[in-house]
Formats: sequence, C-alpha cells, structure tokens
Amino acid sequence: MKTSSLPLPIDDGAVPAATHAPTGMPSAVPTTVDAPFARGRRRAWSILAVLMALALGGMLLAGAVGSVALSIPDLLHAAGDLLHGTPSTLAATLLDLRLGRALSAFVTGATLALAGVMMQALLRNPLADPYVLGVSGGAAVGALAAMLFFSAAWAVDVAAFAGAIAVACLLFLFAYRDLRGGIAAEGNAPLLLLTGVIIASGCGALVTLMLSIAPDSRLRGMVFWLIGDLSGTQVRLLPWLVLGGALVFAMRAARAINVMAQHADAAATLGIPVGALRQGLFLCAALLTASAVSSAGSIGFVGLIVPHACRFAWGPDHRLLLPAATLAGGTFLVFADTLARSIVAPQQLPVGVISAMIGVPVFLLQLHQLHKK
Amino acid sequence: MKTLDLQLRIGDRLLLAGFDWQVQAGQCWCVIGRNGAGKSTLLRTLAGLHQPDGGKVLLHERALSDWPLQALARARAFLPQGRSDAFGYRVVDTVLAARHPYRDARYWESDADYQAAYAALEALDVRGLAERDVRTLSGGERQRVAIAAVLTQETALLLLDEPANALDLAHQVSVMALLARLCRQAGKAVVMVSHDLNLAHSVATHALLLMGDGQWQAGPVAEVMTAPILGRCLGHPIEVVQHGNRTIYIPTEEVHNN
Repeated sequence: MKTSSLPLPIDDGAVPAATHAPTGMPSAVPTTVDAPFARGRRRAWSILAVLMALALGGMLLAGAVGSVALSIPDLLHAAGDLLHGTPSTLAATLLDLRLGRALSAFVTGATLALAGVMMQALLRNPLADPYVLGVSGGAAVGALAAMLFFSAAWAVDVAAFAGAIAVACLLFLFAYRDLRGGIAAEGNAPLLLLTGVIIASGCGALVTLMLSIAPDSRLRGMVFWLIGDLSGTQVRLLPWLVLGGALVFAMRAARAINVMAQHADAAATLGIPVGALRQGLFLCAALLTASAVSSAGSIGFVGLIVPHACRFAWGPDHRLLLPAATLAGGTFLVFADTLARSIVAPQQLPVGVISAMIGVPVFLLQLHQLHKK
Repeated sequence: MKTLDLQLRIGDRLLLAGFDWQVQAGQCWCVIGRNGAGKSTLLRTLAGLHQPDGGKVLLHERALSDWPLQALARARAFLPQGRSDAFGYRVVDTVLAARHPYRDARYWESDADYQAAYAALEALDVRGLAERDVRTLSGGERQRVAIAAVLTQETALLLLDEPANALDLAHQVSVMALLARLCRQAGKAVVMVSHDLNLAHSVATHALLLMGDGQWQAGPVAEVMTAPILGRCLGHPIEVVQHGNRTIYIPTEEVHNN
C-alpha cells in the first residue's frame, strides 16, 4: 500500500535529462524544468486525496465488519436511518456503535501520528515518538492512580490528562534552555531529550509500583489501559478540537518547520524565530499526546511508525508530511481497531497489541529495504 | 556592517576585546587565527546567533538585535562550519529552503525560486545532484550544496565559516574564484574563516588576524598578511615566497639547524 512507493519523491519524469548534461552548459538549464511549482502542489493534493479515500474506506469497513456482519444494502439502509434520527433497527444501532468507535480510533491515531511528526521535527530525530519525553508516562501515572484510588470512569480520563500536562510543564521548566533556542549549537535539544527520558523512566517506576500493589480486581483494567484500548471510549468533541487546532498551527508553520529540521539553530539566519517555533511544537505535541492518551491509553507504534512510513514514501517535506501522516495515522488505527474487535469476535483484543503486531514487521521490512538501497 | 567595541569571551577566557571594525561592499575579508582563537564565535556573533559579551554589531547603522529576523535574513547569509542532516531532504529542497526569507504569503515555492536554486547548484557544479538525498552526499559535495544554498539567499553580506572545508583542490580554487567574482562584480561583501593562507590570499582583499588573547589586527592583505604578524598570530614562523607575481606562504621548518 502506501509503504511500497519510492523512498524519495523523485517526480515522474519531470526531472529533465539535462540533469546529467556536462556542467559547462550555459544557464539555459533551469528553463528546461517545467513548472516545478505547480508540480509540488499537485502531487501533495493527489496523495492527500488518495489518503482521504482510504480513510473513508476504513470507516465503511469498520461499519460493516464485526461479530454480526452487515451487507452493503443493510449498511446503506442503516446509514439512511441514522441520518434521519434515532436508530430503530438492529443494523442502525450496530452502525451507530461501530462508527462511534471508528471515529474515536481515527482521531486517536491521527492525533498520535501528528504528535509523532512534530516531536521528530522538534528533536530533529526521526526515531523520536510522542512517548519519548514521558508525557504519556505522566498520563499513565495519573490514570492508574485514579483507577487505584477512585473508580469513576471520568476520573481516569481527567487524571490521565492532568498527569500528562504536569509532565509537560516539568519538561518545559527544566529544559527551557533548549526550547528557547539560539544557545545549543547542536540544535537537537539534547537537554530536553535527556530530561524527558529520565522523567519517563521515573513514571515507569511509579506505574510498576502501582501495578504491584493493586488488588487483583483492578489489575486487569489497569493493564488494558496501559496497552491501549478503545472499547471504553466515547465520542467526544475535545480530541477533535485539539487535533484540528494543532494541525492548523502545524500547517501554517510547515515551511518554517522544514527549515528548522534542516538547519537547527542556524535556521534563525533564514528568518525563523527558532525559540518560538520550538515552544509551539512542544506545546502542541504535548497537548496532542495528552489528548490521545487520556482517551485511549498508551497505544504504541502509531506515533513512531506512521510518520516514519509517510516520510519514507513521500519525503520529509512537512507541508505534505503533516496532513498525510495525520490521515494515515487515523486510517491505520481504524483498521487496527476493526481487526482487534473482529479477529476473535465476540472477544475483543486491545488495539495496542494489534497496532504493534502490524507495525513491528512493517517497520522492520522498511528498515531492511532502506539498507538494501 | 561594523562592530563597536565588541567583546567576546568563552567561559572566563577573553577572545576578543575593543573590536572596532568595518566591512564594506566589494570587500572580501579573511579571518585567520589559531584553533580556539574565536573565529567561529566571531562569525556567529556577526550572524546574530551569539550574543556578544560587550559592545555591539551594527548592520546599516542599526543594531542586529533591532532587525526583524526576516529582513535580516534578506541582508546577510551564514554558512556554519559543520552540519548534521537528520532527515532525507532532496538537495534541491535544502537549497530552496534558503528562499524562505522571500516567501511572503506563498505556501509553495515559485518557479523563480526553483530557477534561483538550480542556477546556484549549477554555479557550484552540483546541478546533477539536485534530486539526491542530502544524507548520501560526500563531505565535499555537501559543502558545495551548502554554499549553493547560501548564494540562493541572495544577500549582500556573506558570512562563511571555512567554505573550502572538505573541498578537493579544483573546487577549492573554483569556489574561491566564484567568491572573488561576487565581491568584485556583484559588489557583495564576504567574511570568511580560512586556515589555508595561500587560498585566503588568492581571494581576500582584507585580512583579520585574531591573536586569541583579546588582541587583533585588521587591514588590507598587503599590510597585514606579512611574515612577522602571521607568525605571531599562528604561533609558528611563516616564510613568504614570491613565485612569479604570486605570494606563497609556507611554514618554516624548525627541525634542523639547531
């Protein structure tokens, strides 16, 4: 599918044969390039259109597949029923449930993938993921503490969100030097990364502590939360707002993100306010991670693998990468979640397991192919 | 660009003090000094990436800190000494990034941006690499692509930290010739760091010698690049030889004649 394309965006035949002409050629060479400007934009739109279609296809599949399969006519009928108001038939009720869950899966996957792209650009490290800085660790500590000491479902989400934000604030205070920009010559934000890794391991220890003292009756729920599970999520507006806001910010800053990803701190000499951009990226990535993790637990691999696969397929230009990874991440998780609830139906598997089981071999295959080239 | 009473320190070591200096259009300055004498720090300060410990840097009679970043990016370009490429951008993408200061409200690059980028790649003899992944280039190729990016920024002032680094002999000569041409014909100002005295002498109109202890010496090449001053600056005696109408600098051998 999307991973089988070329590793570099070498455009279809638009690179003139003059590329290999002797270098003494007169400066007529640039004129042989036919409108590369329109080309870049057209390519981006066509890729995004395909991804959009895939996302819709994923939604349809998620509506049709499950312990009770729905045929296409049933599906259409049920959809019409839903649009007209309250679901009256069994098919309509099923579709309502399944679509709600698929929408949750989509927003969670899209949020994680977008956070992954931003984190990788911020740390200038293609192997970073939304969880590397410990924001999800903070969410886990909050969520597990809430499960251990309270038991209301809403308290878990709120505590997870609060934990994630608390860690983000800690990071911001400790690593302000890196986020300010202009001092660290390497531009990879080493202080931020180290602080994040340390905080993450501290959170890991707290999680282990809570798991070891938890009563058996609560252990199962806690473990499921840690793996990442969409079965308990409700359709909510907030994750969509966070996703939309972050995407708008990121798309507006995409050109600047490109320059910073290339030049690190020297991007300031090209007119980029490096410090402000870093802080914006950090805040958005932290907010996105907190939003995704607090509604669905820490689902692994989406935030690492989807951005990586998109970059591998279409190149690192963030103007395309940001929306493409967002769409691909959402679609990926919709597929993974559909599998998770239908492989051994009526039993449900945690979606985090499925996403890892798809993600790991795909990633390994990609890495292997990269080294063969 | 000029500096007023500039002072630079690293830790508690004084690199440069009381530095009053000026560069004008058409001049090509070469900064010479030992390792750790503060050449790169000075260049980063002139680029606005490093805050001086005293004094100030003015560009067109206006302090660097008062310039909007975008306008400053249209006035001076900076080539850092080393670079690390984390992502697999195409060569032409890295050059196009230098058009960022001119983007205005446009989201995608215009054809004019592409033409500027391809022309600069052509000038640096790396046009054939345009579609390659920057991470697969050799050190010298990467350096030439970086210089092409700096030229694409179309600024009147170029600050280059060791532009001849990693280049082979032929490209060292051609890049220096290109810089000399830019100064003479296009009226650009160049400030570059170089360790190769002969290469520096072939292109520079002026030289700035950093002694590494706060002292400095600046002036036209003929006045400053003399054997005694260079020897004191670099910590090793230098001989100056005339070869035809060229001046050659060679380090004195100190093994024999004890």
